[in-house]
Amino acid sequence: MSRPLLAILIIFCALASVARAQDEAQQVVVEDPFIEMRTGPAQAYPVFYVVDRGEFIEVLSRRTDWFKVRAPRGQEGWVNSLQLQETLQLSGAPVEVPGFTLEDHAVRRWEVGALYGDFDGANIVSVYGAFSFTENLSGEIWYSDILGTFSNSQMAGFNIVHLLFPEWRVSPYFTLGGGIINTEPKGTIVGTADRTDNLAHVGIGVRTYLTRRFVFRAEYKTYVVFTSRDDNEEPTEWKAGFSFFF
Amino acid sequence: MESRVLFLLLINVLVVMSVTGCARFRGAQDGEPVVEAGQVPVIEPELERRDIQIAAIDTEDFELGLYAGLMSIEDFGVNSVAGARFAYHITEKYFVELAAGASEGEETSFERLSGAAQLLTDDERSLSYYNLSLGYNIFPGEVYLGSDRAFNSTIYLIGGVGKTNFAGDDRFTLNFGMGVRLIPRDWFAIHADIRDNIYDIDLLGQEKTTHNLEAHLGVTFFF
Repeated sequence: MSRPLLAILIIFCALASVARAQDEAQQVVVEDPFIEMRTGPAQAYPVFYVVDRGEFIEVLSRRTDWFKVRAPRGQEGWVNSLQLQETLQLSGAPVEVPGFTLEDHAVRRWEVGALYGDFDGANIVSVYGAFSFTENLSGEIWYSDILGTFSNSQMAGFNIVHLLFPEWRVSPYFTLGGGIINTEPKGTIVGTADRTDNLAHVGIGVRTYLTRRFVFRAEYKTYVVFTSRDDNEEPTEWKAGFSFFF
Repeated sequence: MESRVLFLLLINVLVVMSVTGCARFRGAQDGEPVVEAGQVPVIEPELERRDIQIAAIDTEDFELGLYAGLMSIEDFGVNSVAGARFAYHITEKYFVELAAGASEGEETSFERLSGAAQLLTDDERSLSYYNLSLGYNIFPGEVYLGSDRAFNSTIYLIGGVGKTNFAGDDRFTLNFGMGVRLIPRDWFAIHADIRDNIYDIDLLGQEKTTHNLEAHLGVTFFF
């Protein structure tokens, strides 16, 4: 193993041990007749221990919708968030597990995502980051790899997105933006040089809130590439993908 | 004589007071309750009632790690491959993964047999790729080691899109495959993966679709 790889591995180990350093444990009281502890954070793992009503459990960490807990006699296992909601705080108030809901989606701040589609006959793979100014309005920065038969391009840009109905699970949006595109003809094609052009685009799309922090979106955009030749190019693009917000 | 006895007694009393009485007096000053004889002490429980803050609980939905293994580059032999992966677990079933790796192509049989003819320069033989994939934990379960040790495990299906840079060009690449995630500790996992990286290449004059199989082992950490 090369030295940089080894260094990265050591950093990972250090990070992991830091991540394991736990805060003071948080305790809840079981309110249901019993609570089931599973060996892993999924419904498919077997139940190996049951904590009775009135007993204390410590909540240690969380993965997706599962909580790692420690029973009074030291057993550690995973409890679903629905079951954890049936426990009481030490003050007697019910435990509320903040999930991610459509309301959280409406007031999201940051979002990242990746989409795949067709850019004028070529494959396009895009990643983006977005910041929401208001429930309706957000700004996005994009990077795309366009991989075609005759040429490859990289495209970078920004755009403004106007979401029409942020409170709906499925909402259409409009988008408007600009950027640059760098096109490299493939090695086997002779006589054309790399070129970089500015571009502008408009588009429409639809986004669907799926679950937790997860969103599906699909969009259609039409571009104008301001080439240095006589005619501008006007490619169109279809793409779809997933994003998550935080 | 009498005054001497009195003096000794006084010293004695002072010593006893300094050891016990003063300490008690100091304690009383610090606010500790002094229990008077005949009074029932009121016991104040020292249990502090802190409400649980679910939002403050450490979430471990991210997974970061390295892998190494073998990659068969069609026409260019089987070579070592190494890479890094980063995953986000969306639900107990689904996760998304960004992976990037590098390998190197050998000489083709044609190049070896012909002796001098070279299809690619040394630079063009290096292969690098990235991919964005969606994974599905299809078979969660347990793996038993001996009679008293069990690890959580998952078999997952994974597939996605990405880019491969090989033979001097970027090539759109589909990937799909499956893997096993062994989880000896809740924060640490061992992966074994098999992937097919599919891309078109026209190096030999005719465009063809190549399947580039990859098998690798890796470690990841949840955080």
